Amino acid sequence: MPDTFNGGGVSDLTMLQAINEVLHAEMARDDRVVVLGEDVARNGGVFRATEGLYEKFGEQRVVDTPISEAVIAGATVGLAIAGLVPVAEIQFLGFSYQAMHQLAGQVARLRYRTQGRYDPSITIRAPFGGGVRTPELHSDSLEAQFANVAGLKVVMPATASDAKGLLASSIRDPDPVLFLEPLRGYRGIRGDVPDGDHLVPLGVARTARDGDDVVIITWSYQVELACRAADSLRSEGLSVRVLDLRSIVPLDIEAVTEAVSHCGRAVVVQESCETGGFASEVIATINDECFWSLEAPVTRVSGYDVPYPVGMLEDLYVPDEARIIAAVRRTLESG
Amino acid sequence: MTIPSDTQLREILVDMVTARTQSGRLWNLQRQGQVGTVAPIDGHEATIVAAAHALDTDHDWVVPQYREPLALRRYGPEILERFMLYCLGHPAGGHIPDPIRVLPNQISLGTQIPHAVGIAWGMVLRSEPGIALVFFGDGSSSEGDFYEAGNLAGVLNAPVVMVCVNNQWAISTPVHLQTAAESFADKAAGFGIPGVKVDGNDAAAVYDAVDEARKHALAGKGPTLIEAVIYRLGAHTTADDPTRYVPPEDLEAARRDDPVLRLSSQLRSLGLWDDAAQQETEAVALELLDRAVEEARSAPLAADALLDHCLSADTQRLARQRSQLLGTHSTEAGDHA
Repeated sequence: MPDTFNGGGVSDLTMLQAINEVLHAEMARDDRVVVLGEDVARNGGVFRATEGLYEKFGEQRVVDTPISEAVIAGATVGLAIAGLVPVAEIQFLGFSYQAMHQLAGQVARLRYRTQGRYDPSITIRAPFGGGVRTPELHSDSLEAQFANVAGLKVVMPATASDAKGLLASSIRDPDPVLFLEPLRGYRGIRGDVPDGDHLVPLGVARTARDGDDVVIITWSYQVELACRAADSLRSEGLSVRVLDLRSIVPLDIEAVTEAVSHCGRAVVVQESCETGGFASEVIATINDECFWSLEAPVTRVSGYDVPYPVGMLEDLYVPDEARIIAAVRRTLESG
Repeated sequence: MTIPSDTQLREILVDMVTARTQSGRLWNLQRQGQVGTVAPIDGHEATIVAAAHALDTDHDWVVPQYREPLALRRYGPEILERFMLYCLGHPAGGHIPDPIRVLPNQISLGTQIPHAVGIAWGMVLRSEPGIALVFFGDGSSSEGDFYEAGNLAGVLNAPVVMVCVNNQWAISTPVHLQTAAESFADKAAGFGIPGVKVDGNDAAAVYDAVDEARKHALAGKGPTLIEAVIYRLGAHTTADDPTRYVPPEDLEAARRDDPVLRLSSQLRSLGLWDDAAQQETEAVALELLDRAVEEARSAPLAADALLDHCLSADTQRLARQRSQLLGTHSTEAGDHA
């Protein structure tokens, strides 16, 4: 299935601009779409992701809520039951702890507990991730905690084009989607974005760099760093593939299997804590699906098992190009 | 002031007696190991039944906690049928069929209040005439969701009626350990909405309070918090022993104000109720319940029902798990072992 259904034009956009563009497009396309969250209307969002929506679509469909993460998440359940398509913003993913009982306990379970009576067409957008010197609880990579919640999809784009195509698919998806936007990517990632309707299906991984010797499997902003590492190693004659998962739920098991079987060596990179991170799930999947094609143990690059740290320690915590390159070398040298 | 007609009061009493009778039967079925944990209705009948009778079942939503289903028969016989499936542990128990505007039981206390606000808000956005009525207990009012939802409802002026069923006990915790406020209705002031305290054992008073709140909401004037003051006459659930903490003299006093006895005495004095009506209502209630249990027992259950309705379509992972569950999957590692 082609990723793109449009007239062929492209625009050079930041990830933030791509997100803003698709929110405009989806609200124009479907009048059931409503946007809610803290500072999303008059202020256009603290990062301007929702800029212009309030002016264009009005106060009924673009709603500034009280500072109440639980009821932002909880109200989406009722809105979906009433036949709307809510797109809620949690201002930073770290604040989702205050909505966890609604996101994990209610939003994710609505279809299952009603045995399909209701389509929870709910999208929860949240920025996350390190590298921009934010205050506490603004940078945490909590994706594995949500991947462990049955009934929730977790989508994590790495490019501006994918941010557009995956967000459009998320909003149109009949299941609840947690759509995670990397803070560093908002203005730090830009590229050609197809004009017009652009859909990227959920659960189909993307080969960001082709290669044969080793595959780096990762998602969101770490794809950018993995590509830089791969490009750098290529100058030494090493052929490094980068597989961008795009969504961790659904996980493209077939793409992981194909890449690992082809390369025989794999490095999994994540920004979260090491213990219980989604990298563990990827490695367990490799064990299940293609263990016998491995020529070396799979290597993991992660944050450390500490709370996301303050600014002076941040660069030690977040995986960088050097740590990824070192892990690739270790993997190539072992086995 | 809207007083229900004699005919309505009689219909309300039929539903109250039915709920009390069926709840007693369910208690026994639980003791026989035939159904799971049951929360008896005793003492809650007037509040729940009269509230349901004040609603327009075609347009108004009921968002329950977990004690309400037997008292919601005004919304159709499917409520009982689905509740029996639920009690037996059949997944279809959570599927109350379209177009019935009742959500399934909510076990996580207070989490349904934001859902009700969302439904009410959504009806306004869709220009639908209707309200959402949400039940929760005195204990649930201590949850953050109550405050967040009440606050948002006030800000949005959402057509939601929040009914706090104050039965004096949150399992073993009495209301004075739940709040230092004079009443639960007073908490409405913090949301900027009307708060009404009503005798929840008085079916006509509950009907009137809900009717007023509903008209208020439909007129675009926003939400109301109603505190219905009752007394839990039974155990919290079949897993609870209230003799450990309920003062017997308090329970004795509450039994003298039993809502079912109160309304039946009133209707007897009007010549609208008698022993024959009582016996017939109880007999029909038991027959309906027993039939619903039988039907629930014979409801089909697919071999891979466990995995249905988690997502709209199986992911690669769920597809593998479905194969494993059905015994048709061989892993790559297994092939080489």
